[in-house]
Amino acid sequence: MSRSLLEIERLQVAFELPHGRVAAVKDVSFSLAEGETLALVGESGSGKSVSSTAILRLLPEFAATRGAIHWHGSQGRENLLAASSRRMRHIRGNEISMIFQEPMTSLNPLQRIGRQVREVLDKHTKLRGQAAQRRVIELFEQVGIPEPERRVASYPHELSGGQRQRVMIAMALACEPRLLIADEPTTALDVTVQAQILALLKQLQRQYGMAILFITHDLGIVRHFADRVCVMRHGEVVESATTRELFASPRHDYTRMLIEAEPRGRKPPVADTAPVIMQARDLKVRFALKKRLFRPSDYFEAVRGIDLTIRQGQTVGIVGESGSGKSTLGRALLRLLQSSGDIHFEDTDLTHLDSGTLRPLRSRMQVVFQDPFGSLSPRMTVGEIVSEGLRVHHPELTRRQRTERVIEALEEVSLDPATRQRYPHEFSGGQRQRIAIARALVLKPRFLLLDEPTSALDRSVQATVIELLRNLQQRHGLTYLFISHDLAVVRALADTVLVMKEGRVVEQGETEALFRSPRETYTRELIRAAFLEQVA
Amino acid sequence: MTTEHTATHPGAGDLPAGESLGRDAWRRLKQNRAAMVSLVLLILIAIACVVGPWLTPWGLNEVNWNAFRAPPSLADGHLAGTDANGRDLLTRTLYGGQISLSVALVATLVSLVIGVLYGAIAGYLGGRVDNLMMRFVDIMYSLPFMFLVILLMVVFGRNILLIYAAIGAVEWLDMSRIVRGQTLALKRREFVEAARALGVRSRTIVMRHLIPNTLGPVVVYVTLTVPKVILLESFLSFLGLGVQEPMTSWGVLISEGVDMMQGAPWMLLVPSTFLAVTLLCLNFLGDGLRDALDPRTR
Repeated sequence: MSRSLLEIERLQVAFELPHGRVAAVKDVSFSLAEGETLALVGESGSGKSVSSTAILRLLPEFAATRGAIHWHGSQGRENLLAASSRRMRHIRGNEISMIFQEPMTSLNPLQRIGRQVREVLDKHTKLRGQAAQRRVIELFEQVGIPEPERRVASYPHELSGGQRQRVMIAMALACEPRLLIADEPTTALDVTVQAQILALLKQLQRQYGMAILFITHDLGIVRHFADRVCVMRHGEVVESATTRELFASPRHDYTRMLIEAEPRGRKPPVADTAPVIMQARDLKVRFALKKRLFRPSDYFEAVRGIDLTIRQGQTVGIVGESGSGKSTLGRALLRLLQSSGDIHFEDTDLTHLDSGTLRPLRSRMQVVFQDPFGSLSPRMTVGEIVSEGLRVHHPELTRRQRTERVIEALEEVSLDPATRQRYPHEFSGGQRQRIAIARALVLKPRFLLLDEPTSALDRSVQATVIELLRNLQQRHGLTYLFISHDLAVVRALADTVLVMKEGRVVEQGETEALFRSPRETYTRELIRAAFLEQVA
Repeated sequence: MTTEHTATHPGAGDLPAGESLGRDAWRRLKQNRAAMVSLVLLILIAIACVVGPWLTPWGLNEVNWNAFRAPPSLADGHLAGTDANGRDLLTRTLYGGQISLSVALVATLVSLVIGVLYGAIAGYLGGRVDNLMMRFVDIMYSLPFMFLVILLMVVFGRNILLIYAAIGAVEWLDMSRIVRGQTLALKRREFVEAARALGVRSRTIVMRHLIPNTLGPVVVYVTLTVPKVILLESFLSFLGLGVQEPMTSWGVLISEGVDMMQGAPWMLLVPSTFLAVTLLCLNFLGDGLRDALDPRTR
């Protein structure tokens, strides 16, 4: 084993909040050798990000830190928790650097990206002027930004998410750090981009001989990327082992649960003779880009002519990367967006209905959204949220009957009915998603649009929500349109899959056949990236 | 929380059907001591201004020929002293409070009701409607306020109601802009889309989903509007466009008091104390309301 680089001993972090002390990290110890990749794995709230942020002492002021963080840097072994702020400034970005989850917000939108990378060089190196510029271009080349000479003058909004993350990596690498802390660097990215970024990090690690502390909730990435793994839960390390050992023989129950939380099972097929419940022909959606007063506007076509048939009891999966138009398609089917083309729901042609004549149909087609934080009004109680649809569609119900239906719906999604007087912020992400499902179910719909219903949830919570959706489908014969970028989930839930790209269907077919032998290159690429077969 | 509930629902009627935001907010407000003290004080001031003038031994325009610019004393019944014309200051301050408080109340209500509705509707409907509605606001902004007031005076003659109308016509503009901005951000949130998918009418979406969620900034802005309006009224009165002698208002009394600050400091201190206490109470109450209306703060 090579020389030790970082040792964290009995690290504790507590936040002093107005209503008391919250222990975010309780007694965490791990170490990292030079050139090694260590993954910190855990679900949200496990303290993995807090532990890594503590290394650079970037925690907010109300955080109390105890323990020791020994760093073997340019000045020998030192305890970072005791280092001066001047020394810390020297270490940050120079000896240890960090990349974050959100490539959209980590860059200053008003500065050219080349300048932002040069700022690091100005701080930590003696490179100035032309030399600095050459170094920036060299860095951009290394992180795989096309036409680096031209790109240095670009603003962040001119780059895609993946390219921005590459710029962040270039910034982090500018001073050739010995340790790179990567906090969920690919979570916000599409799967194909994620695979590219991971491959890039691997290659740069070899090139610079740096260690990587990789924070993630995704065990799929860990398996292909890390040398060793620390599994964290509730602020403690529950298990730490080499990657191979961990996946071959997990010792702790929690680790086993995480590994097994990968979505499993397949959907039993539906007969081809089942009645068609939703059908769309040549569906198109376009958005006006720039409204002009006297000239026709410019349009962006988000959905460019899609045919779709969904039968009673089926689950149709729609997969695609961000911007492929899959969410737009779903919203257009429910007539939440204006579209052209034909939409038939049950026996009704939705195309020309206005909002009044459409309203009675709405109780039979419902939707569950991705963001369990954004989809519930923060100022309404759970009871009010769930009963809202009843007020619209069954105004004849008495208050008592309404409450009964709400209780029934909450029980259906395994929530305690007594919680209906509480507000959404008091619930966890998974519970909120259950509330959103209850809101849809209370109307006893036949068709449910599920727009990334599990994407914002931790894997273990995801598994329970998937199980719930499955049970509900069986019990009520529901029909789902399941939109997701998560191919594993779609594979477990869907009868047929549509692969979308740039507003068109690239490929569609029966789920298992499509995953086993995709015909189109794009589908193949997507599947390979999702199951991370190319990152070795 | 995620335990199974297999029992058939126990009599749903036994359980309260869930508190509405209003009742819940009131419960939380009651726990906020500063806000409650402020509320009580405000009510007391309001009652004093309405009832007080009958209880004081002096009338609004009644001159005590023995006491010009007399300091406060218990002996002659001038609890807050008299002004330069020998009129009882406490009586005048309480009468002035009627004007100031009612102007504040009316202008704030107008700005609240019109501004919030107008802004929320413009923001929610968006597009061309929004454009037209906001251009109307811009036009209103561009009218010189003084010109508007003088025009009203010329057309309708001098009347205290015109002051209410003029101030109300201007104050809702800011509010509608604030609410519109909030609404633009809120309407893209998924809970609004979910409500649309449920078939909820636009009117209900605006009233139940959008407006309650804009309340935080609205309440803060209201607490800023009240002092602004009170001062605006005194400014108008100072120009001779507002209330006229012998009627008065806190703003007028304060500006008179400033002139007499050296010889008769009570003339400044009494009305400005009333004004300051009122504004302070409104601020505490506003903070309390903002927190109480947000279920996330406990």
